Amino acid sequence: MKQFMHDFLLVAKKDLRIEIRSRVIINQVVPFAVLVLVLFGFALDADQRTLRLFSPGLFWVAVLLSLLLAIQRSVSLETVNDSLTGLKLAGLSPIAIFLGKSMAIFAQIVVLEIFLTGGIIIFYGSVIEDPTLWVVAGLVTAIAVSVTGTLYGALASGLEVRETLLPILLLPVLAPVLIGATKAYSGALGETVSNGWQWTGLLSLFALIAATLGSLAYGVLVEE
Amino acid sequence: MFKQNQGVTSSPKSRLLGFATLLGLVTLFVFAFFLTDPDVRLHPTTGEEIGQFDAVRLLYLHVPMAIIGPYLAPLVGAVASVGYLIKRTPWWDVTANAAIEVGTIFCGLVLVQGSIWGRPVWNTWWEWGDVRIMTTLILFLMLLGYLALRRIVADEHKQARRSAIVALVAAINLPIINRSVEWWESRTLHQKSTLSELKIEDLTFFTLMMGIVVFLMLFTWLVLHRFRLGWLEKESLEQEALTAIAERRAEATTNEEETS
Repeated sequence: MKQFMHDFLLVAKKDLRIEIRSRVIINQVVPFAVLVLVLFGFALDADQRTLRLFSPGLFWVAVLLSLLLAIQRSVSLETVNDSLTGLKLAGLSPIAIFLGKSMAIFAQIVVLEIFLTGGIIIFYGSVIEDPTLWVVAGLVTAIAVSVTGTLYGALASGLEVRETLLPILLLPVLAPVLIGATKAYSGALGETVSNGWQWTGLLSLFALIAATLGSLAYGVLVEE
Repeated sequence: MFKQNQGVTSSPKSRLLGFATLLGLVTLFVFAFFLTDPDVRLHPTTGEEIGQFDAVRLLYLHVPMAIIGPYLAPLVGAVASVGYLIKRTPWWDVTANAAIEVGTIFCGLVLVQGSIWGRPVWNTWWEWGDVRIMTTLILFLMLLGYLALRRIVADEHKQARRSAIVALVAAINLPIINRSVEWWESRTLHQKSTLSELKIEDLTFFTLMMGIVVFLMLFTWLVLHRFRLGWLEKESLEQEALTAIAERRAEATTNEEETS
């Protein structure tokens, strides 16, 4: 178990260190997500009332689109120099690699969520009425999308058309997460009558199933 | 199984099944569109004629397709995918691909045909709030993703392994689709299971049952042929690779002889 935790943290730290040094998340992914929020504003004719009403859905669509970039980046880290083979040859357990990479994506998504929260407050004029629900639902959803994204990133890795294949495979699977997270955030914003905690519970269940399935499947995927 | 060296996908038994399916489809259409009655009832208080009228005839096709497309086909695909992950033999992989490919067509048809039926009965082509429609749509998109993955040129085993995992994830949606009308009763226009509660009888029941049997035969026939086609494709690729190796060897031997 000690060895497992060591391997898990090693992979997570490695990915995060690369991200911190390259600044891709801050320089590219976060600006892209904010740009998506701004484009929604243009598309909805900058009507702040409408934007406030739909801000939970727009928030999570921006997260999912940005997640695709983060996953592509995470996969390319392992494929460019065939680093994944190196990790396997070093004797790291596939489950530790999977959870470590998921952890790194999770941290990036949380950073993204912080910026987007600021974005909807500034651009859309949203007011968070239940901050606890906002934070808990945000963290649980970040776990759900990170583990699912890492699994599907591995599924699409090493293929010539990875960039186009990943959204087709991943977004339908994450559709229930989008629905649940939007409902939870609607409750936190008080825009609609929605039992946010109940939806957060469902999201936790999704995250648990995705993490378990991902841990089991990742070994099969990286045995190539 | 079948004579693979003939390069065809039919066999005497599959031709018989195909003929029986065709006959069954014609009979089903006659029953569904001519012999059964339209759904017309009288309103208990106003006495006005209500019901689905002739649109109910589409259900004789919709229900069987809905059993196969979003349930049976992905289930067969998932079972075959588990089989592949355990046995690692191409038979399971080709079976999973055949079942899911045919199932995707049925699933798409269910959505289109359901939409056509919904226009006169529910007064809408599409209902975003209906959980069963939404869960079926998500499954359809997942199946399209599976097919996209299958079309990518990659190592045979790599593709089979990845496809098997995608099929298994898609299968998680099956119980959700099935139970959605019970779990979210207020979020659906779909009715609860009519068959299990035996709310229909006589000719309507008979036609619906016949529809299920005929469409099961059609599904079996299509999967059988898609499986055989997949198997022939696999053999053809293997043969091409062997021929290419033999040609290279022959080329190398000729070069050596010329040098010496």
